Amino acid sequence: MNKEELIVKLKSIVAPYIQDEVAFSNLSESTNFITDLKINSANLVDVILDVEDEFDIRIENDEMEQMTSVKAAMDIVTMKLADK
Amino acid sequence: MKNKVVITGLGVVAPNGVGLDAFTEAIKNGKSGIVFHQNLEDLNFSCCIGGIPQVSEEKKLEYLTPLQLRGFNSSGILYGCMAAIDAWKDAGLNVDPKSELDYDSGTIFGTGTSGVDKFRDAIYKLDDKQVKRLGSTVVVQTMASGISAYLGGILGLGNQVTTNSSACTTGTEAIIMGFERIQSGKAKRMLVGSCSDDGPYIWGGFDAMRVMTYKHNESPTQGSRPMSASASGFVPGSGAGAFVLESLESALERGATIYAEVLGGHVNSGGQRHSGTMTAPNPEAVQKCITKAMDNANIKSSDIDVINGHLTATSKDVLEIENWIKALNRNGKDFPHINSLKSMVGHCLAAAGSIESVATVLQLNGQFIFPNINCEDVHPEILELIAEEKIPKKILQKELRMAIKASFGFGDVNACVIFKRYIE
Repeated sequence: MNKEELIVKLKSIVAPYIQDEVAFSNLSESTNFITDLKINSANLVDVILDVEDEFDIRIENDEMEQMTSVKAAMDIVTMKLADK
Repeated sequence: MKNKVVITGLGVVAPNGVGLDAFTEAIKNGKSGIVFHQNLEDLNFSCCIGGIPQVSEEKKLEYLTPLQLRGFNSSGILYGCMAAIDAWKDAGLNVDPKSELDYDSGTIFGTGTSGVDKFRDAIYKLDDKQVKRLGSTVVVQTMASGISAYLGGILGLGNQVTTNSSACTTGTEAIIMGFERIQSGKAKRMLVGSCSDDGPYIWGGFDAMRVMTYKHNESPTQGSRPMSASASGFVPGSGAGAFVLESLESALERGATIYAEVLGGHVNSGGQRHSGTMTAPNPEAVQKCITKAMDNANIKSSDIDVINGHLTATSKDVLEIENWIKALNRNGKDFPHINSLKSMVGHCLAAAGSIESVATVLQLNGQFIFPNINCEDVHPEILELIAEEKIPKKILQKELRMAIKASFGFGDVNACVIFKRYIE
């Protein structure tokens, strides 16, 4: 899966949770889930679960703590997919 | 100087009608909301009938956002939000997620158990060592105060936001608690009511106690028979009822429609003393609750035109009538008219008091008494106490001024509230 495909997938996953439409439409690698998209911290847990389901992977607590931006999410997903 | 308290908004989600218009039509026509449920039979329930409000997926989206509905599995919170939001709008108030915080408005919205189906899902996942997979909403959907927490956020309420829980007394108690808060000047406006989950995990315990009827699985609409000689146990139900209570001053200031005035009420407990037990009411406390409510409302028993009883369709109905007679000191032809909504919707447990109170207020507002269905064979012991004409089996158009409603719950707890027709 290339970067663009990954971003498209992540974008569809976070769509239900975002509170900032403008930031969402400009979503890029540098977008932060909490500060830019205004996803609340409780819902970030649900985003992670949706990512797990979408890619059939499991994300551990320490990895989850780092997953605050699109870039970090892409790195972790890519790593997990490579390990599969 | 105590504030007068009036009702400016109503909302209801009942097995025989969702929304005020459908519900009003239903109670006037004696429409039953009790149906057979295959899942209860599949689980070996003795009682396989019950009342569940009909809510489409589309309808849910009118009240909760797609995000709120993700992983949502709490029927009680859904019904509670629907009834409460309806009541809020009915009172002419706005629902706006960006509204200013309103320190003058609060909520006391009760429930018995919240989110039991969500809890079940969570327990299965957890036992399967999948605790990390629960998601973020298990707590808010299963905590008792889930319903008031949802409402506090949806409406931006800044006054007291809490949940009461007192079994089948819950809804009536919530009305009295909100009434007292406004009366004492601590709030201008209180959204009060109650809700209940439905389904086998809520109803199973009652089936195990053998207090629900098992004789009407083939004839669901005839199953709930308050005050009838052939009453054989209650039929479970669910839903929610809601009221916007408001100081008269605030209501007049806003030019709000006023459904009725809350004159007063009383809450007490029989302490499981004398003949009171965990599950049966102490008659002395029940009578005291009724008389204290009249004292609090500053009325005489002769003022009361209609009683909406607790009347669950068990053997205790006769005892309840005896208690009303002693408390009001009225019997035979002098007894007020009496009815039980449970004949149409079953026993909606924690939601019972609020749904039944909505029906009671609709009567005052519309000047009618809704019919008791399934009561063609009034219990002979009841007929020895009060005149049969006092138990209407058809809708009665009648001038009504004052209505009294009581609920009695497990734990030997009681609540009684008095409503008065409001005339400008």
